[in-house]
Amino acid sequence: MVRVRGVHKSYGALEVLKGVDLDVRTGEVAVVLGPSGSGKSTLLRSINHLEKVDRGYVSVGGELVGYRRAGTRLHELKEREILKQRTQIGFVFQSFNLFPHLTALENVAYAPVASQGRPRRDVLPLARSLLERVGVGDKADAYPRQLSGGQQQRVAIARALALQPRLVLFDEPTSALDPELVGEVLDVMRDLARSGTTMIVVSHEIGFAREVADTVVFMDDGRIVEQGPPSEVLGAPRHERTKAFLAKVL
Amino acid sequence: MSAPAPTKPAPVDEISTLRVVPARHPWRWVATAIVAVLLAMAINALITNPAWDWPTVGEFVVNASILEAVRLTVVLTLLGVGLGFVLGTVLALMRISHSPLLQAVSWTYIWIFRSVPLILQLLFWYNLAILYNEIRFGVPFGPSFFGVGTMELIPPVAAAALGLALHQAAYSAEIVRSGFLSVDSGQLEAAAALGIPRTRQVWRIILPQAMRTIIPTAGNEVVGMVKGTSVVYIMALPELFYQVQVVYTRNGRVIPLLLVATFWYLVLTTVLTVVQYYVERYYARGSARALPPTPLQRVRRTVTEVRARAQRRREQSELLSGGAR
Repeated sequence: MVRVRGVHKSYGALEVLKGVDLDVRTGEVAVVLGPSGSGKSTLLRSINHLEKVDRGYVSVGGELVGYRRAGTRLHELKEREILKQRTQIGFVFQSFNLFPHLTALENVAYAPVASQGRPRRDVLPLARSLLERVGVGDKADAYPRQLSGGQQQRVAIARALALQPRLVLFDEPTSALDPELVGEVLDVMRDLARSGTTMIVVSHEIGFAREVADTVVFMDDGRIVEQGPPSEVLGAPRHERTKAFLAKVL
Repeated sequence: MSAPAPTKPAPVDEISTLRVVPARHPWRWVATAIVAVLLAMAINALITNPAWDWPTVGEFVVNASILEAVRLTVVLTLLGVGLGFVLGTVLALMRISHSPLLQAVSWTYIWIFRSVPLILQLLFWYNLAILYNEIRFGVPFGPSFFGVGTMELIPPVAAAALGLALHQAAYSAEIVRSGFLSVDSGQLEAAAALGIPRTRQVWRIILPQAMRTIIPTAGNEVVGMVKGTSVVYIMALPELFYQVQVVYTRNGRVIPLLLVATFWYLVLTTVLTVVQYYVERYYARGSARALPPTPLQRVRRTVTEVRARAQRRREQSELLSGGAR
């Protein structure tokens, strides 16, 4: 489903990604761990082309992200085409980024109408059922600022799902939450994983990784140090850096 | 007696039965007295001095030529602000676009139109016919199909509205841009991640949020424009200020006619202030947990509160008199 090959990315002189290869199969959950500044978020953001990579490529569902191949050349896609590609890839932000002037229901229903041109009357029932599914069905008419952080993040997950994406990316979805609200968001994500949604999750929640992940990826200094099933990477890490990191967070 | 008197008062906490004596504010009373006297003096001066000539004011306030002038002032304000903000929004979008050329054009426009006094710009527009006495339509630098005399194409009212609008656009552009800058960058990112088309990102996601910052400053600009229209008197357009001058040079009653103009400018800005309040309230949706009450709601709430308080007092005194027996 997702194929990342030889991805490099620099901000000025600072090289954030130094050649990353990653594969995630359909229905799989990959959890990316690593110290801050290791390039996890940049990698995630390059998968839906929020960041343009300098070298290497990303493909989702067999389709190159941000480029079109013609013979021996890669043509950069127009913004409109990139936006269309992004409707296949859900993205959940650390800081929720709900639209504050729209109600929870409108937040969820807006993108399918605006991006995919689906009729509003078809989208509204879908949006309601998604809010139900993430457990905030009774908050459909509330504005984001009237909701707790956990509720906001669950609405944001419903919003990402409304486009019926093939893949959902989570960028530290619980890092901005009060500790007692983390659980409700992880519950929703666990349900999603069980229902067979392909997910890539950047997170610090080791427990979640151990329980839900098919693959755990450990990144440090712009490279993937180690990847494999949680029992290997978390249970018996081979690299010193992984060991040191796990010793600190566990 | 309706309330049954308790035969034996229940034992209660002693402090909670004591009467509360509100704190006294003697200096507040002194200040109130001084202000009241000054206010009375001012009103007295306005009423008793015959030079204000209130009967003449009353006569001209609803005079047909004055009303017509008020209408023109309103039209010029709406055109100036309306066109000004439309052009201003375009300039702001150019300024934040990725094209260096558009950025430069926008920057230059704002630089020129903010630097040159409005009165000077208006005179330029008024005298446009001297510069180009015919405006031709056709292929740029190529053949032209037809031409129109500048005076016919741009009559004085249009020239005035255009002058006001072009000047206003330079200021509006910066106001709109500041509104865009006030919106969190995460909003654009979220919209982009959801694949929302570019124009909708701007009009449906960013602009409604930017309006919260734009409206108060824009309100200032509109009020400024109401009074700013008085500058076009140099183009001999019969707006309020010009018309008042015309009347008082004819009948010599300067002060009352200046009062007439004052009255109408006050009315116009008052209406605009009320409109602004409700527009601001509309865009405050979702930004606060509860919207502030409208003045009408506030009056209603006060009335209910006063009534409830009176009711409580009545019940209390009944209870006390009952208890005393």
